[in-house]
Amino acid sequence: MNHVHALSSVFSLNIVIFIIAIVLYITAALITNRTYRSWPRSRYFFWIAGVLITALPIIGPLANLAHLDFKAHMVGHLLLGMLAPLLLVLAAPMTLIMRTLPLALARQLSRILKSKLIRFLSDPLIAAFLNIGGLYILYLTDLYMWMQQSMLLHSIVYLHVFFAGYLFTISMIYIDQPAHRTSYVYRAVVFVFALASHGILAKYLYVHPPTGVPSSQSESGSILMYYGGDAIEIVIITILCYQWFRATRPSFAEGI
Amino acid sequence: MDVLTHQKFASRNLWSGFLFGVGLVGFIDETVFHQLLHWHHFYDRSTPEVGLVSDGLFHAFSWFATIGGLFLFADLRRRKVLSVRRWWGGVLLGAGVFQLYDGTIQHKLMRLHQIRYVEHVYIYDLIWNIAAVIMIFIGGILIVRSKVKKDFSL
Repeated sequence: MNHVHALSSVFSLNIVIFIIAIVLYITAALITNRTYRSWPRSRYFFWIAGVLITALPIIGPLANLAHLDFKAHMVGHLLLGMLAPLLLVLAAPMTLIMRTLPLALARQLSRILKSKLIRFLSDPLIAAFLNIGGLYILYLTDLYMWMQQSMLLHSIVYLHVFFAGYLFTISMIYIDQPAHRTSYVYRAVVFVFALASHGILAKYLYVHPPTGVPSSQSESGSILMYYGGDAIEIVIITILCYQWFRATRPSFAEGI
Repeated sequence: MDVLTHQKFASRNLWSGFLFGVGLVGFIDETVFHQLLHWHHFYDRSTPEVGLVSDGLFHAFSWFATIGGLFLFADLRRRKVLSVRRWWGGVLLGAGVFQLYDGTIQHKLMRLHQIRYVEHVYIYDLIWNIAAVIMIFIGGILIVRSKVKKDFSL
């Protein structure tokens, strides 16, 4: 009975957080519209969609299914670790925060963003390690089995998957002005290796299920991870290449 | 245009085509042979791990190469330095090289999966690899011929 009670209070806490995230974003955008240029409509859409997709694997039927079925877990993983971060990044939340905060606070925040720690964490290689490396640990050790038994561990893993996914996305594409830029070639190379590692792990799981997962579930989960990953990564590749394309546009000085 | 710039764009034409060619073959392999015909298997249980790594790397690379190659193509067009012949040469060369690698190293040596699970699979292997060599050959001719014409409408 206690367990059920704990579950439902965590459940409602989550709902409150998601609602606050949406309300705060819209309010901030509307208020700052008076002083700055109008906040693009598409970004409201990206933010709301991003929050809803973050919520899907955490509350509702998919969350319950994910405890029982590896394929449902994998859908949750793709949504929480890849699609939701991408949508949220496209909503440019840091830009919105910067224009909402009073100048002194915004400056302080920007100082934090420029710190060595953030530089280290948002380096494409480190972000890729945190993101994909975390998955190797999750699926190749007994962690996956343990997280099904412990509420706390479950939450930590989900938080890690989400934030590592977000970090990886902002290290690759620059929607918010990044505090630390890296070269396009570096990002492209790291990206290819990260995508490859994701695909290799996906196929490996096809025949080596995580502890406690029946092989029929690991097979379909593996295929989903492989192709689902591709589908979302293609958007990031396109944005990365487009930004590259824009940055290298010929100037009149080149005389072509 | 000076010689250096000329060389830079000549090689960019080749690279753009090459990357797109690699990506194109990867894409056809995935859609036609895996998804539509179901000839290729997702993964053979007997595949050694090196096959898995090679597949993962090439799959990721070809995914990136398709899009990157097309953006390079757009870049050549906006600079008005596209050489269609050289670009197609690059496409065929990239497609042929990747297909040959796939057909010899990945299918045969690393035993990732076979082209089709039938008897006499060697007939499929032969056609697959001969097609690859033909693409490399034609691609090579196109590239060389676009080189002979020094002033390829840059």
